[in-house]
Amino acid sequence: MLEIKNLHASVEDKEILKGINLQVNAGEVHAIMGPNGSGKSTLASVIAGKEEFEINKGSVFLEGEDLEELAPEERAHKGIFLSFQYPVEIPGVTVTNFMKTAINESRKARGLEDMPANQMLKQIREKSELLEIDRKFLSRSLNEGFSGGEKKRNEIFQMAMLEPKLAILDETDSGLDIDALRIVANGVNKLRGKDNAIIVITHYQRLLEHIIPDFVHVLHDGKIVKSGTKELALELEEKGYDWLKQESVV
Amino acid sequence: MDLKDKLLSSFIAFENNVDLDHPVHEVRSEAIKNFETKGFPSKKDEAWKYTSLNNIQKVDFSVFPKEENTLDYKDIKKYFLHEIDTYKIVFIDGVYSSYLSETTHDGVDVCLMSAAFSKPMYRQIIELYFNKVASKDESLTTLNTAFSKEGAYIYIPKNKAPRKPIQIIHFATGNEAALMLQPRNLVVVEENAEVQIIERHQSLTSNEVFTNSVTEIFAAKDAIVDYYKVQNDRDNASLIDNTYISQKNSSIVRVHTFSFGGKLTRNNLNFYQNGERIDSVLKGVTILGEKQHVDHHTLVHHAQPNCESHQDYKGIFGEKSTGVFNGKIIVDKIAQKTNAFQQNNNILISDKATINTKPQLEIFADDVKCSHGCTIGQLDEDALFYLQSRGIPKKEAVALLMYAFANNVLESVRIPELKTRINKIIANKLGVRVGFEL
Repeated sequence: MLEIKNLHASVEDKEILKGINLQVNAGEVHAIMGPNGSGKSTLASVIAGKEEFEINKGSVFLEGEDLEELAPEERAHKGIFLSFQYPVEIPGVTVTNFMKTAINESRKARGLEDMPANQMLKQIREKSELLEIDRKFLSRSLNEGFSGGEKKRNEIFQMAMLEPKLAILDETDSGLDIDALRIVANGVNKLRGKDNAIIVITHYQRLLEHIIPDFVHVLHDGKIVKSGTKELALELEEKGYDWLKQESVV
Repeated sequence: MDLKDKLLSSFIAFENNVDLDHPVHEVRSEAIKNFETKGFPSKKDEAWKYTSLNNIQKVDFSVFPKEENTLDYKDIKKYFLHEIDTYKIVFIDGVYSSYLSETTHDGVDVCLMSAAFSKPMYRQIIELYFNKVASKDESLTTLNTAFSKEGAYIYIPKNKAPRKPIQIIHFATGNEAALMLQPRNLVVVEENAEVQIIERHQSLTSNEVFTNSVTEIFAAKDAIVDYYKVQNDRDNASLIDNTYISQKNSSIVRVHTFSFGGKLTRNNLNFYQNGERIDSVLKGVTILGEKQHVDHHTLVHHAQPNCESHQDYKGIFGEKSTGVFNGKIIVDKIAQKTNAFQQNNNILISDKATINTKPQLEIFADDVKCSHGCTIGQLDEDALFYLQSRGIPKKEAVALLMYAFANNVLESVRIPELKTRINKIIANKLGVRVGFEL
């Protein structure tokens, strides 16, 4: 599904990613952990196509296709979804209208007609129930005045609506209380399947108790310094990141 | 001969066609003297620093419409808010068009200034209100006053409201190579009465048009006035809109100005609060391209305690367009507990577009809440990336953000069909299909 080869990326001439290699297959869940400033969010933004990041070396492939020349919306049309760490507030555009626009633009890119209104409403109802989102919430302006937890639930609601092949969850657990965490994790788990893949970026192991990863990678100073199975997350929780930093120096 | 001289000599001809014994004529004579002394404002005047009338003064305008022209309704239907039933006061090249209009005297008066000037039954109202709030020394206003003869006359007696909104539309047909128009409107809304008015100026050809309009609005105690100005004219048309509003206790006057076109547009919007618990609302959406120029000069004069004013102007400027916003708020010493809010937010979407924005606060009372904010920016890159990452192409994402930016100004539009129409104009201006029901 996703293949990252020797990826070097920088922002404003500062190199953040210093040679990432990662292979994510369909049906897998990968967790990427690491201390602040290790490059986790940069990796997410580079995959999603944020323009301010420049790829200096290496490549990112989705189903064999090099993504470098593709605009963010084209990547979205190919099935990439990024759940933002800090979702942007957009006053004046309601959640529902935003979702309709996003879905119909993706359909248009695939040569499909607009989704019929009744089907759209049915989907919105089903997916909002899955994430225990109040109907009133859907007619509010996108993320405007939402609490941290509401923003994150709204991100996963969008993911559920768009049904991506590859979902990247960037610190989706931050700002969530335990009930919201359970709801969000439950929503993500419902979307797991043999044809899609999920990358969970997180600081802590607690989200991984709910969304159980197949693989765990540790990012440090722009490189993956250790990879393992879900037990690695527990080890990190217990021992912190310092032992890995030392290991990488050696 | 320059335009000033032409206008001064035309005044003599003008006097041959009006009743010289009517008290209004004394007002006109005073006004022309003021204009003769002052002439057109120049860039040396602080209030006209960013808007030049030099090019306009070089044009040889016809100042009197020569003949009555006709238009086919089906050709101009689109300029009306035809989705709903309305009263209509329609002028073609400055001449009233009875067959395109629908006036009334059924409980309220929706008719013509020429009738109000000539018929004895209106004389009392004219003497009470005509030229009572309009400036007696601002040169363009006095120029209009000197030539005041025709326009819309709207009188809503106590506790009344017309059954439907009123549209005032001025068409310019291009029968003259260059035409100058000076409509004069008077709107009197008595105690606890209500009215909704839509005003539009529309040129139909590429011939030059210059309109210098004056509107006086009087809102008595508890009156509610909604006035909508739709400015989406062709690139040969220039408009100077001078609007003066006098409000009494607990009245609400809301003026929305939608500026989407025209070569040069200057809006002088002046609110005078002469009572307590008054609410004045000034909203504007400006979306310009090419070399269009719009200048909003607002004044809110808080002269009594416990009143509010709310100003919110949004501007989007593309290509080589230029914008000006100058918002003056005066709070007199006795006007304690005033709440005055002013916002002017602008987005420049071209390197060659410019905006000059300036708040001007003169506050002499100590117990007041006044806030003002001006912003000039580009679109938020993070918001753009967010929308794109959800599959919305950049062009549509930009449009959606600009639409959202301007959108909240429309919330206070109380005629739903007008709101829809303005939304559609905005979507067209932005040149994209916004993928949802507007």
